[in-house]
Amino acid sequence: MKAQVTVTLKSGILDPQGKAIEGALKSLGVAGIASVRQGKVFEIEIADGDRAGAEAKLKEAAEKLLANTVIENYRVEING
Amino acid sequence: MKAAVIVFPGINRERDMARALKLVSGREPAMVWHAATALPAGTDLVVVPGGFSYGDYLRCGAIAARAPIMDAVRAFAATGGLVLGVCNGFQILCEAGLLPGVLMRNARLKFICRDVYLRVERSDTPFTRGYNAGQVICVPTAHGEGNYVADADTVARLEGEGRVVFRYTSPEGTCAPEWNFNGATNAIAGIVNARGNVLGMMPHPENHVEAALGPTDGRGLFQGLEEHLSRAA
Repeated sequence: MKAQVTVTLKSGILDPQGKAIEGALKSLGVAGIASVRQGKVFEIEIADGDRAGAEAKLKEAAEKLLANTVIENYRVEING
Repeated sequence: MKAAVIVFPGINRERDMARALKLVSGREPAMVWHAATALPAGTDLVVVPGGFSYGDYLRCGAIAARAPIMDAVRAFAATGGLVLGVCNGFQILCEAGLLPGVLMRNARLKFICRDVYLRVERSDTPFTRGYNAGQVICVPTAHGEGNYVADADTVARLEGEGRVVFRYTSPEGTCAPEWNFNGATNAIAGIVNARGNVLGMMPHPENHVEAALGPTDGRGLFQGLEEHLSRAA
C-alpha cells in the first residue's frame, strides 16, 4: 500500500525559502503567482494491507518525527 | 565537573566543547555516543554540542533528538541535571521537547559565520553566574538555521519568566534589527527551560575561551558552571 504524508508550514510561520522561490518565479516572468509556501512530501510504502492501521501508523510517524507540530501541519493520504 | 558530551553522527564541535570543558575544570569530559542508553555514573553536566547531526536531514536536530541516548538526557534533566545545548545542540533540545520553540532558517537565508555580540540578560543561572547581568560578550556564531520562533504565548511566557538568557545586540548592548542577524524573535539567542536547568543557545562560547585564539568571552560560561558544580558537590 502506498501512502503520502504532506508536511506544510502553519499559517503565520514565516517561510523565507518560499519567499525566495516566489521572487525567482516572478523574475522568470511566470505570471499570476500570488505567493509560495514550501513544504515536504514523504512517499511511504506500508508493509501490510490494513488501511485503518496504516492511517494510525502514519499519524504516529508524522507526530513523532515527520512534522514538528510547533510550526508544521501534516496530512496523511493512502492511495489504494 | 563531570561533564558528558553527547556525540551524534555529523556533529563537528564536540572536540572544541571537550577542550573548553577541560580547560576550566581540568577534567576530560566523557564522550557519549548517541546509541548509548545511559549517561556515565556521576554525570553532573550534559552538553549537546554543535555541528550538523545527520546532515540536517528532515529538520535540524530532528533525527538526533530521537536518538536512544536522548531518553537518558531527558531523565537527567527531569531530575534537575544541567543540560547545555549549543547551536545544533540547541536545535536538538528544541526538537527533543526539552526547550520550547524551534530554530528556523535565518531570515535572510544566509549561513552566517562570524563573531556576534550577546547581552547576558541574567547572571543568576548556573550557566551565566560567570557574567554580570547586562554584560555584553563577543562569541562566534556559525549557523544557517538560528532564527528562533515560538508561538506568541510561549514567547510571552519566556519573556515574562525571564527565561531569555542571551540576546543579540550591538557591542554596547542595544537591541536593533541590524544586530539581530538571523531575525530571531525578540533577538533571542539563548533560553532556559522553566526549571532553569536546561540552556540552549545558538552561538559558540566554547570557541572563545583561549587568549591565543582571540577573545575569551565564552570562558565565563564554563567557569560559572564549574563554580556552580564544585559548590554543589
